[in-house]
Amino acid sequence: MGDQPLVRWDWITGNLVDPIGTRLLEHLQLSLSPILIGLLLAVVLGVACARWRWLYPPVFTGVNVLYAVPSIALFFLLLPYTGFGPWTAIIPLSLYTLAILVPNVVDGLGQVPDHVRQAAVAMGFSPLRRLVQVEFPIALPVVIAGLRVAAVATISMVSVASLVGLGGLGQLILTDGFRRQFTTPIVVGITLSVLLAFLVDGVLVLAQRLLTPWTRDHGAAAGRGSARRGEGART
Amino acid sequence: MITFAGVTKRYPDGTTAVDDLHIEIPTGRITVFVGPSGCGKTTSLRMINRMVEPTSGSIAIDGRDVRAQDPAVLRRSIGYVIQQAGLFPHRTVVDNIATVPLLLGWKKAGARARARELMELVGLDPEQAGRYPHQLSGGQQQRVGVARALAADPPVLLMDEPFSAVDPVVRTGLQDELLRLQSELRKTIVFVTHDIEEAVRLGDSIAVFRPGGVLAQADAPERLLAEPVDAFVEGFIGYDRGVRRLSFFPARLLDLHTDAIVGEGAPIARAREVARSSGEPWLLAVDGERRPRGWVAARDLERGAVGSVDAVGDLDLVGYGHVFTVATDSLRAALDAAVLSPAGRAVGVDEEGRVVGVVAQTDLGSAIWAVGTDDAPTTRPVGRNG
Repeated sequence: MGDQPLVRWDWITGNLVDPIGTRLLEHLQLSLSPILIGLLLAVVLGVACARWRWLYPPVFTGVNVLYAVPSIALFFLLLPYTGFGPWTAIIPLSLYTLAILVPNVVDGLGQVPDHVRQAAVAMGFSPLRRLVQVEFPIALPVVIAGLRVAAVATISMVSVASLVGLGGLGQLILTDGFRRQFTTPIVVGITLSVLLAFLVDGVLVLAQRLLTPWTRDHGAAAGRGSARRGEGART
Repeated sequence: MITFAGVTKRYPDGTTAVDDLHIEIPTGRITVFVGPSGCGKTTSLRMINRMVEPTSGSIAIDGRDVRAQDPAVLRRSIGYVIQQAGLFPHRTVVDNIATVPLLLGWKKAGARARARELMELVGLDPEQAGRYPHQLSGGQQQRVGVARALAADPPVLLMDEPFSAVDPVVRTGLQDELLRLQSELRKTIVFVTHDIEEAVRLGDSIAVFRPGGVLAQADAPERLLAEPVDAFVEGFIGYDRGVRRLSFFPARLLDLHTDAIVGEGAPIARAREVARSSGEPWLLAVDGERRPRGWVAARDLERGAVGSVDAVGDLDLVGYGHVFTVATDSLRAALDAAVLSPAGRAVGVDEEGRVVGVVAQTDLGSAIWAVGTDDAPTTRPVGRNG
């Protein structure tokens, strides 16, 4: 890349809104949508698996097999159907989060002590109300722990989506940087991607503190230890 | 009244948890289901609020079949206390207690106000309202559990081994508290335990279950101790049922002796005279307010072994052990005091701790023999050792 400096600040100031700002927003959208969709699906699957235990082994195997499919292959597989739109990235990334989130939802619900569940039944909670008002809140620390892993993994995977031209900070790295032998966009893209991961993780930590005040002085350990896999950053 | 009519619970694998149970549980009383594990006592309890559905037979509360109502609605009208309290870890004490009122659609402020009332009723510090269950001791958690069960003022309270996970001292305190609450609230309580002592202490009536879910005997506790129907019940009650039955007879039935009591300031010569005239081998020395000081053996006075001592109080007095309160304790407490006393005599005191009189083991024996054939005058054990 010649003797150009690593970072050319004038390029950054000149391109702050576009492409840098645009790519960042794309990246945020492409990562948050799969996280939210994945969470929704994982809750439905997790509740079903907790309710009907026989369902869990096949579902667990299923989401793990999905996780093993390389993301780039999945993007190309979807291209003919969804084109160069955001769904080509969102669908595979949502499926990947399931491998992390489904076990966490099942584990989280499994942490509800039997005597607590029985007391809820005996107090006269209807099954749905019991799920929403008793079991979900108790499962929350474990679910959020999984969500943190899934969020960071997804944010890093969105960059791969740029390989097939789906936008995001990867686009900055690939199109503006790598192809033009120009390091500044590459550095900007990587830095923003990492910062975004930190930011989203921070928001989740904060959310957990606000949503689960009862864990502050004792239960936090229960949430921390249970994220199934932290090694999930894909490329 | 809760009526079990021919209730049977059989599981698909063929085990029978409850076998043709007929029993009537009176309104406003504590009925204890007791028995070894696997006897169907908990299953029977849980059929009342439909956490378990019977295979056959029916259960009615005040004549109304429990299956006539939606289970969730039914359960809101029945308090339930579970072994480890079953408190919601994510809710504060006050919100745990407010659970059922909120389920019944009360406004949040009203439910919390009610919860605070109940905290006071069960003896919880108001400062604990905002705490989470894991910040409380086991005994306090159990109090919250009881308060939560009572929050919507249900006429029926089901208690499933509620005190078995706390240590014995705390358990006794909780039992006392339950009896105190019950004397105010008069709920229909069904209480499950495997501990016959607890059953005798709390129950107005006791239903003993045998393995296989068969009701062996349902009776008032005193009747159960006096006349177990068979070897199983007798074995389950334990070998000292005779002594325990004495809990149902008040100590005021005893004839107490007052002729062998001397003031601690009395001269030795006077004590010698008292010993001679009463014929008692032991004298009880009391202070100016008639509180017990200790025993003096009559023969020590006679033998002149007293040396240069002038007054009774200056002698080496033998410890009087523990006393019983005549007005409120049971024969069992008096017997226990006599057995432990080095003089073989129990000291009876009034509520202020002043000596009323003493009773010797031999006199206790005749009193016990006399009541042995009677029905007990109380249905509830007398006093603190009951």
